[in-house]
Formats: sequence, C-alpha cells, structure tokens
Amino acid sequence: MVDEVMRDDEIELTPAQQRKRRNRNIAIGLALAGLVVLFYLVTIVKLGVNVLNRPL
Amino acid sequence: MALVEERMHEIGSDEWSGGASVGDFFELLKPRVMSLVIFTALVGIVLAPGGVHPLLGAVALLAIAVGAGASGALNMWYDADIDRVMSRTAGRPIPSGRVTPEEALSFGLVLAVLSVFTLGVALNWAAAALLAFTIFFYAVVYTMWLKRSTPQNIVIGGAAGAFPPMIGWAAVTGDVSLASVVLFLIIFLWTPPHFWALALVKSDDYARAGIPMMPIVAGNASTRRQIVVYSVIFALIGLAPWALGFGGMVYGVTAGVLGAIFVGLSVDILRTGDGPHARKVSMRLFLFSIFHLFALFAVLLGERLATILAG
Repeated sequence: MVDEVMRDDEIELTPAQQRKRRNRNIAIGLALAGLVVLFYLVTIVKLGVNVLNRPL
Repeated sequence: MALVEERMHEIGSDEWSGGASVGDFFELLKPRVMSLVIFTALVGIVLAPGGVHPLLGAVALLAIAVGAGASGALNMWYDADIDRVMSRTAGRPIPSGRVTPEEALSFGLVLAVLSVFTLGVALNWAAAALLAFTIFFYAVVYTMWLKRSTPQNIVIGGAAGAFPPMIGWAAVTGDVSLASVVLFLIIFLWTPPHFWALALVKSDDYARAGIPMMPIVAGNASTRRQIVVYSVIFALIGLAPWALGFGGMVYGVTAGVLGAIFVGLSVDILRTGDGPHARKVSMRLFLFSIFHLFALFAVLLGERLATILAG
C-alpha cells in the first residue's frame, strides 16, 4: 500500500532529464574525487621534508 | 530562515523545469566575472613578496575563484525577480526556469563554505577571512541591501570585486600591505565609471527592474560628470604602483597612456551629452575600461615574471 502511494507521487523523468541527472552526478563525483586528490597533494606539500623528521 | 522562506515565495520557488544541466550550474558562477577575479587574484599572488609553492598558489586561485562563483550564485538566487524583467539577465538559469531558486541557494552556500575552508586550511586563515568577508559583502551588503536602495550601489559594492588581488596577496603573506591596498583601490575606483558607462546605455532596463542606478536617480548629466571625476582619480591611482616601486617603467608608461585615454573618453561622454552618438561613446568607454584594467594587471604580472626569470 505504502509502495503504491509512493509510486503515485513519483515524478517520471524524461530521457533528457535522466541524462542531465546522470551528468550532474558524474560532475559531483569528479568534483569530490578532485577534492580528495587536492587535499592529499596539499598535505604532502605542506609536510615537505618534515615528513621524514620523526623518531623511528 | 524567515528571510529565505520569504524570498523563495517572492521569486516563485515551486517552478521545476525537470533538472538543470552541469552547464546551468556553471553559469550560476558568473564565469565572465570569475575570469577577471582569477586574473586579478593571480596578480596579487605573484606580486606578493616571499612567493608560495606553485600548487598552493593554484589552490589559492581555485578557492578565490570558487568563492567568487559562490557569491555569483547567491546573487542570482536573490536577484531572480529583477533578472526576469531585464533583457540582459532574463536568460539566466533561474529566470529561465532551468535551475530552481533552492538549487541555486544550496549551490552558492556549499561552494562559499567549501572555498573559505579550503583557503584557510591550505594557505592561511587571514586570506580565508578576507574571502568570507568578500562573499558576505557581495551577497548581503551589495545584493540584498545596496543594489536596490541607493545610486551609490556599485560605488560601495565595487569593493567586493576589488578584494581578489588583496586575498591573493594575503594568501601568500598572511597579511594586508600598502601594495595590496593599492591593487584594491585600482579596481575599486575603476568600477564606477565602468558600470555607469553601461548604465547610461542600459538605463531603461534598470528602470524597468526598479534598480536606482545613478542615471535614473541623478540623471544622465550628473552621471557623466561623476564618470569624469572618478576617471581622473582612477587614472591617478593607476600610477601608484609605479610611484610606490612595485610597478616598473613599462607599467608607469602604460598606466600613464591608458589613464590619459580613459579620461579623454570620459570627457567625450560629457561633451556628447544626450546627442545621437551618446550610446556609442558610452559603450566605447565601457569596452575600453575592461581592456584598461586587464592591461594594468597584465603589465604588473609581466614585469614581475620577467624579474623572477631574470633571477
């Protein structure tokens, strides 16, 4: 019953809308992956040679 | 939150076109404005003493650009009602129904927080604070308050567009110096003649949207006089980098020649009055002003890079 109600309320996306949604998702995914790489590189640059300067 | 809900009601938040494209969201960032922000911020970063690791410099530039884009998105969210009635802005993503106001607001807020946080963590918190203040100044002080209430809107609001080189400088040095204030002043004093030249041409558009631009409130004649006054001050402040020693001879000559042409073009506007060529003369100053600002910062950048390469 609940499923039926939810199906009634669903918005059916056209193929064009589905394509746009897919592209938005890809863009968000790429942006997040880019941020991860960026913060990793920033960390390495900021640590510099100090990363080796620690008690072993 | 009450303000947000009230605003959503005013600009019609129940419209949904079926999803925006990635390009629509990119358009919310005002890419053309962003390109000038990126360029002037780059000059601030390169001119700042001490230098910075190229990767951190690139991160600073990215954060400043995204911060500027965020304020653009917040501006488009708040101004959707007036953008709809102006021919220049009617095709923007919200008035044309491609992006909903909720999407634009969320997008702008997320990018604003992200850009300030990234600049603070990667570079320093002085630069991040300046970026946060710039976003606040553009989105709240200019867009929500000044733009619709005073003909001095773009004079005071111009500060938002003038901050990027100062933020770039602060990203490297962690502070604000006289040289970075001069870079700020160059853009700040360039803004009134630049926008008023456009406002003289587009005054019907602004009047329809109820924006109290100078030509509508004080009249075309008064606006033309003020353009000349600001042009003279702008031409003089353009020489300051040379006078203070962080701009070389090439810069000094460029600023002097371009400044003289700028004042000449503004006097042309005053002389022409409301005559048949008024529109053409105003557009000439508007277009020249873009080239002028770009040239000043490009020469400063070129001189600095030449010094670095010469060792």
